[in-house]
Formats: sequence, C-alpha cells, structure tokens
Amino acid sequence: MAPVGPRSGDAIFSSIDRVNAELFMLTYGAIVRQLLTDLEEVEEVNKQLDQMGYNIGIRLIDEFLAKSGVSRCVDFKETAEMIAKVGFKMFLGVTASVSSWEADGTCCSIILEDNPLVDFVELPDTCQGLYYCNVLSGVIRGALEMVSMKTEVTWTRDVLRGDDAYELQVKLLKQVAEEYPYKDDE
Amino acid sequence: MVREVAESCVDTMLMEMVAMYSGRFYANKPELAARRIEAIGYQVGHQLSERYTMERPRFSDHLEAIKFICKDFWSEVFKKQIDNLKTNHRGTFVLQDNKFRWLSRVSIDPSPEKETEDPLSTPGESKAAQAVSMYLYFPCGIIRGVLSNLGIPCAVSADISSLPTCSFVIRVKA
Repeated sequence: MAPVGPRSGDAIFSSIDRVNAELFMLTYGAIVRQLLTDLEEVEEVNKQLDQMGYNIGIRLIDEFLAKSGVSRCVDFKETAEMIAKVGFKMFLGVTASVSSWEADGTCCSIILEDNPLVDFVELPDTCQGLYYCNVLSGVIRGALEMVSMKTEVTWTRDVLRGDDAYELQVKLLKQVAEEYPYKDDE
Repeated sequence: MVREVAESCVDTMLMEMVAMYSGRFYANKPELAARRIEAIGYQVGHQLSERYTMERPRFSDHLEAIKFICKDFWSEVFKKQIDNLKTNHRGTFVLQDNKFRWLSRVSIDPSPEKETEDPLSTPGESKAAQAVSMYLYFPCGIIRGVLSNLGIPCAVSADISSLPTCSFVIRVKA
C-alpha cells in the first residue's frame, strides 16, 4: 500500500466533532421507514437512498480532503484503501477492508464488518428487496465522482439479507480527465 | 463507551432529508414536506426517549418530563443543556437554546418586514425563512415524540428570532 497521507483515520476521528451514533442510526432508520411509507415501491426507496448518499458524498469529499491532508492517489488501489482506512474511519468510526481485486485493478470489494447504520435494524419480510444501507454506496459514488472517477457501487453481501458481512463492490468505470481552462459557456 | 460518528454525518443527512422532501418530493407543497419531516423526527424522539428513560423512575408531572428534555435528553443529543426554560404553569413551556447546533451553520437574509418566523404558520414569509423553518420540523418532531412516549400529548413549534438562538414552544394538550 502506498503511504497514507499525513493523518490517520483514527487521528482525524478523535479530533473532529462527533455526535451520539444512536441519533444517527435512528434518524436514518426513521428516514428509511418514512420513504417506505411514502414511496411504496422498495426499488424506488433504494433509488432515493442512493441519491441521498450521492448528494452527501459530493459534500463529504471536501471535508475528507480538508481534514485528512491526503494528496493525489497514484492509482485506484490506493483510492480504495484510502476510502476503507481513512474515509470510513473519520466519518463513521469504523474501518473497512479491501479485497477481491480484479487483475486490471479497476474493481474491488470493500468489506465492512461493523456497520453503525444497522445496530437496531431487522428487515421485515415485506422489505426483502431493500438495500437498507444504500446511502453508503451513494456516498462513495458521489465522493469519487468529485475527484474525477466515475464508479459503479453495488452491494454484494448484506448482513440484513442473511450474509456474514457487508460487502460493496466498487467498479471504476472511467477516469474523467479534468479539463482546464473551463470554457466560459459551460 | 458510547458509540459516536462524525457530526457531519448527521448534519449532511438532515440536510439531504430536508432537500429530498421539500425540494424533490413536495417542492410545491411545503406543508406536506413539513408533515413528513416532522413524522421522521417524531419517530426518532419516540425511540430515543425509550432508550434514555430506561433506568429512571416514572416522571411525577409534566415539568419533570420537560426538565428531563432540557437536561439529560438535550445533553445526549446536542452535548449541551437547554439554556432557558420558561412556563406559564398552564401547559405552555418555552425551551430556549442559545446556540442550537442544527442551525449554527445556517444563515438567513434578515427580512425587514418580518423577523420572527414560526414553522407552523405565516404564509407569505420569505423563501429563505421558509427554507430555514423546514429544518426545524425535525427537532420539533423529536420533542413531540419524546413527550408523547412519556404520555404527554402536545404540539411543538419553533421560533427563530435571532439565529442561532432557537426557542421551542411546547403546548401540552389538556
């Protein structure tokens, strides 16, 4: 693994403002419940949670860059490690691990053993198609898009659906070259 | 040890919740967006009060329950207590937080025609004030959820005369 930026996830997490995680998980749970009531279609709820995550991700990336002091990652491998070791730690206080790399280095899995979103959650039979934590995949997609990486993030394992861990597959679709100077009419 | 997450996780989630309901779902029906956001808060307050009152004796009267919100509950959620509590002793309580965390980074154009905004009324208020008031339905819902779980049905509104000071007005239903 390439050297991490000047600050570790632990150091950042212990220095930033934190709040009671129960408030966080119960609020998220209440939002999901309300969406299920309002939208009826589980598929549509998944979509809205992802959209919510995307919008959060495009904001959190700024905080991530500002507080972590990391500089440009040399490749997607380093990016994934950075998300797992620094990103998850500084925001949610947990670390994730990265595995299952494809040979070309554009697709990997981020595995979360401890997920603070789901401490009080059980899915009823009526919500079997729900990706409860879909906000997380949206956050990663949104954050990476802001640093010029188009990705596709999907859940491959989910404890709420009977698996033994939470696993996100992150696939790099393309690196968007930054254009500079920007054209005036855009 | 109490589990924690970064404050920005909660902040951005609340922002997105408000944006989703008042911007995407009910852009032209703020009262419907408000009702949904309040309902989410109610649910959260209901569940949190269950957890935070687990090991306490039953509250003897309304004032005891309100004091619990001002001290213990507020400390758990916002890491500070309510700064000022007033009551008319006839079922109305005003809880004032001088630096309400969820509004501490919100700014608003001071509108000359009207300074005080009440999230439950005032048609014709400025757009900015309406946007801010959307954020208040959630904490109002939380307070109502806590009290109703403690057996005290009530209505809760909020008043932001000078940001980031925020006053929550609780009217207990007789």
